[in-house]
Amino acid sequence: MIELKEVLRVLSETDGVSSCEKNPKEIVKKELKKLNVKFSEDVVGNLVAVKKGRLGTGKFMIASHIDEIGLIVTAFDENVLKFTTVGGFDKRILLGQEVVVHGKKELIGVIGSIPPHFFPKGTSKKVLLTEDLFIDVGLDEREIKRNVEIGSLVSLKKDFVELYSERYSGKSLDNRASVAALLCIFDELTRIKHDWDVYGVFTVQEEITGLGAVSSSYNVFPDAAVAIDVGFGKQVDFSPNFTTEIEKGPIIATGPNIHTGLKNAMIKIAEDYEVPYQVEAEPGTTGTDAEAIQISREGIPTTLVSIPILYMHTPVEVVSMKDIRRTGRLISLFVSFLNSEMLKGDKDAT
Amino acid sequence: MLLEKLSNLDGASGDEARVREFIQKRIRKYADSMEIDALGNLICFKKGRVKKPIVLIAAHMDEVGFMVTEKRQNGTLGFSKVGGIDSRVILAKTLRFGKNGTKGVIGAKPVHLLKKEEVTKIPGIDEMYIDVGAKSHKDFKDIEVGDYVYFDTCFEKISAKVVKGKAFDDRAGCSLIMDLFKEKFRMPLYGVFSTQEEIGLRGAMVIGNRLRPDYVIILEGTGAGDFPSKKDNSKSPFLGKGPALTVMDKSMIADKKLLELIIKIAKRKGIPYQLKQPGIGGTDAGRIQISRKGVKCAVIAVPARYIHSPVCLMNLSDYGNTLKLAKFVLKRLGDSGK
Repeated sequence: MIELKEVLRVLSETDGVSSCEKNPKEIVKKELKKLNVKFSEDVVGNLVAVKKGRLGTGKFMIASHIDEIGLIVTAFDENVLKFTTVGGFDKRILLGQEVVVHGKKELIGVIGSIPPHFFPKGTSKKVLLTEDLFIDVGLDEREIKRNVEIGSLVSLKKDFVELYSERYSGKSLDNRASVAALLCIFDELTRIKHDWDVYGVFTVQEEITGLGAVSSSYNVFPDAAVAIDVGFGKQVDFSPNFTTEIEKGPIIATGPNIHTGLKNAMIKIAEDYEVPYQVEAEPGTTGTDAEAIQISREGIPTTLVSIPILYMHTPVEVVSMKDIRRTGRLISLFVSFLNSEMLKGDKDAT
Repeated sequence: MLLEKLSNLDGASGDEARVREFIQKRIRKYADSMEIDALGNLICFKKGRVKKPIVLIAAHMDEVGFMVTEKRQNGTLGFSKVGGIDSRVILAKTLRFGKNGTKGVIGAKPVHLLKKEEVTKIPGIDEMYIDVGAKSHKDFKDIEVGDYVYFDTCFEKISAKVVKGKAFDDRAGCSLIMDLFKEKFRMPLYGVFSTQEEIGLRGAMVIGNRLRPDYVIILEGTGAGDFPSKKDNSKSPFLGKGPALTVMDKSMIADKKLLELIIKIAKRKGIPYQLKQPGIGGTDAGRIQISRKGVKCAVIAVPARYIHSPVCLMNLSDYGNTLKLAKFVLKRLGDSGK
């Protein structure tokens, strides 16, 4: 059995900013070895784990992106570093965060700005722009230039902590919660019989271009696919009508980016096996790996399952362990029931 | 390192007991007497071989933090600041409860869902909330209104000389007094660890009324100002350039003769020092100076960047030089006999 809490902790606390996903991949490889699952890396760095089915009826791809949002050094300014974001960071939450600068050496630093009482008179203290922020590693200009380069990546530094109700908070739960869920699936599949070959792909650079999903779906050329990502759980500062919540199970998406046959089959299995789930309407593209996978090669029946989290794209994302386990259970059951009927064109399938 | 333990302890204004107990336990063998007054100030005394001058060194134990003000039906907690914290450093931080270490986070709306006008706007503290993972108010367990909450920051050395942590303002000063008490001086010496500095220098108020020192030296962790892009504005105090001496801040003008003596000793002993930018901040000296018939006060401070935020940076050589300078100043005052 996979030690889910510990695996999620190390996955959350390690760093893997888009294009530099080595550390989380190493953690995943260690777990895959324990589960006796074979894996390889492709030319762009995707980690592809394969578990053959009894009959090899078809190929099913499960994609979880393994990269995280971060920062990148853009300039030196005396004793601090200027930066911009890699992926969609909320600028309002950066001040006062601890970071690791991945230069020639790893340097711990903080994101600072000039404190209000040191502001030149007359300048506004309220507005906060990225230009006002900088990274301070406590070294002088000469030492900084010896250790850091323009383009050095920067990750946030945050301890993974336990809250009440089996909820956990940390950084990069987008998308390490899904990485953990994919490991849960391989764990479940050691006990569940399945005919299809399963390709678990830990994709790179989802937060930037979706490179990993584009290339891996072309390479694997699956007959059907599911992307696992995180979704929004309702927060107290959301509209009261917001539908999806954490601890209410995986979110099954519906809409043009989603194959109806696969989605309906997934919902039926969730109902039959009493796995709590929620449905989310996605009227356009989903902003996940599912977007690229669906239009790969000649088109691939694709679906999306999201793990609801709070405070997405902040270093205090919150997830319920129950939702991760349920996602693992739902998709592994789905794998065991896969058949060509599910893949029929949309009208036939419904 | 004392500073490491002191920085990791949680103690905002009114919640200084943990810090006080830590100090009491360790300073006991170096003090001739110890007392805790009605405001929670810890007053330590070291007898001298001579009667005069009576010297008082002080540092405040409290730090800035938060307090739970509301337990809401929806499972979140409303909170207020204890002391001055820039609202821009609060969002998306992990917190811990002082009394039992329970963790919580200050949530933020995901950037994907922000309205255009919200992108550069920091919400008011009344719009923020603490999430401890409670599904409703029924899950709050032992959380009570009035509980103190702190940034969940750990002390760490990040390079050969620089450390990061919270509350260097003013655990640096507490640590200095504890180190100074290990020394021997000719004159009687009070070491005061004060309370409630961050909400208006309140602990120091009664210290000035109660004790009758001839000289007072406040030991502080003060904000460093050595940031780039400040154009013509002064950057003092710098990290790594020695103790910062106050000429004037918002709370007082330092005693000129005492300040001159400190500078003279620094020069003679070859200890680097810098003058703090006038007009910024305030310390317990502001209260003690105007107590009774007036007291000669000065401030010697270790500069730290980003005080009153989740994580500050301090240069250990500044700490060492501040300790050295304070020690020589005390020796000199003791030898002066008046």
